[in-house]
Amino acid sequence: MSFIGEISRWAIPFLLFFIPLMAFIRKVPVYESFVTGAEEGFRTAIKILPFLVGMLVSIRIFVDSGALELLARLLQPLFALFGLDSELTAVIPLAVMRPLSGSGALGVATQLINQYGPDSFIGRLASTLQGSTDTTFFVLTVYFGAVGIKKYRYALKLGLMADLIGLIASIWIVHKMFY
Amino acid sequence: MVNAIWLFMLITGIIVAALNGRIDTITESAMEAAELGVETAFGLIGVMSLWLGLMRLAEEAGFVSALARFFGPVIRRLFPTLREDSPALGAIILNLSANVLGLGNAATPFGLKAMQELQKENPTPDTASPAMITFLALNTSCLTLIPATIIAVRVKAQSVNPTEIIGTTIFATGCAMTVAIIVDYIIRRRSRT
Repeated sequence: MSFIGEISRWAIPFLLFFIPLMAFIRKVPVYESFVTGAEEGFRTAIKILPFLVGMLVSIRIFVDSGALELLARLLQPLFALFGLDSELTAVIPLAVMRPLSGSGALGVATQLINQYGPDSFIGRLASTLQGSTDTTFFVLTVYFGAVGIKKYRYALKLGLMADLIGLIASIWIVHKMFY
Repeated sequence: MVNAIWLFMLITGIIVAALNGRIDTITESAMEAAELGVETAFGLIGVMSLWLGLMRLAEEAGFVSALARFFGPVIRRLFPTLREDSPALGAIILNLSANVLGLGNAATPFGLKAMQELQKENPTPDTASPAMITFLALNTSCLTLIPATIIAVRVKAQSVNPTEIIGTTIFATGCAMTVAIIVDYIIRRRSRT
């Protein structure tokens, strides 16, 4: 595991060293090319802005108003219906929050880990859940926003379905591995 | 669907807040969130410029196309609509590699570059192309070898074995990614016929 950690630690310095040096050897005018590429950075970031504002406002209102909690509570009977442990209901807010907001989900996960203990069932499940999927809404908003796409077609359904599979797989594997 | 979800979150949020007597929080939250959107977008400018500059160098030196040629045979199967020598492939590979290594701030610029390349081959500029949807399905369900943030949280909470969740995380992501790829494949096949 520490090997992979080392790769992560060295990856960026390595790229910063290797790419410009090799480009120079291949006779690329390194500084000019870098600047030409970097120019795009500003435009891309600005293009995302309206999409981000729109999505973040809607998500934030949904979370801060207590509507998310309400949705999580409405989903509880569904969990019982599948014969799942009542203890599992503790992770519903995290499962609903995960695709919506990265920082929000991290907050909920941290709170669950501290409340139940990192080595409890809920603590391990919350950790797995937090690490295993990405913030689907955020990614779609930013990536589609950057190229001006407004019709997502089935992208959101597919992303949310993957999140749901991730949730089910997390519950199953944590149960299998530790209990 | 985005329109519906966006409106749903907004409307139910405001109704719930009104019923709970928390209507004041709406104004505050809306303003704060708008501010956060701007901060996030502006916060991206630096890293975006850095990585897009570096990527330009890599492109001109021929690395990106070399990378695409090397991984191409695997990746191209997932993107049958792309041209053989599509410059999007290199950017897609860079994005996925950065994701796997947990280099979040390098992954986004590469991913946006990939989207721009995909957009050039998209016949309908305001609608997502199948290749884009495949790419985003891969991206959002992508494996991260070391979930560094959550391990840090576990260390702080005095876990006996903070890294024990790496295995379960990789398993869960693997399941999500596999199912996403399969379902995406089925949808694409169906819509073609």
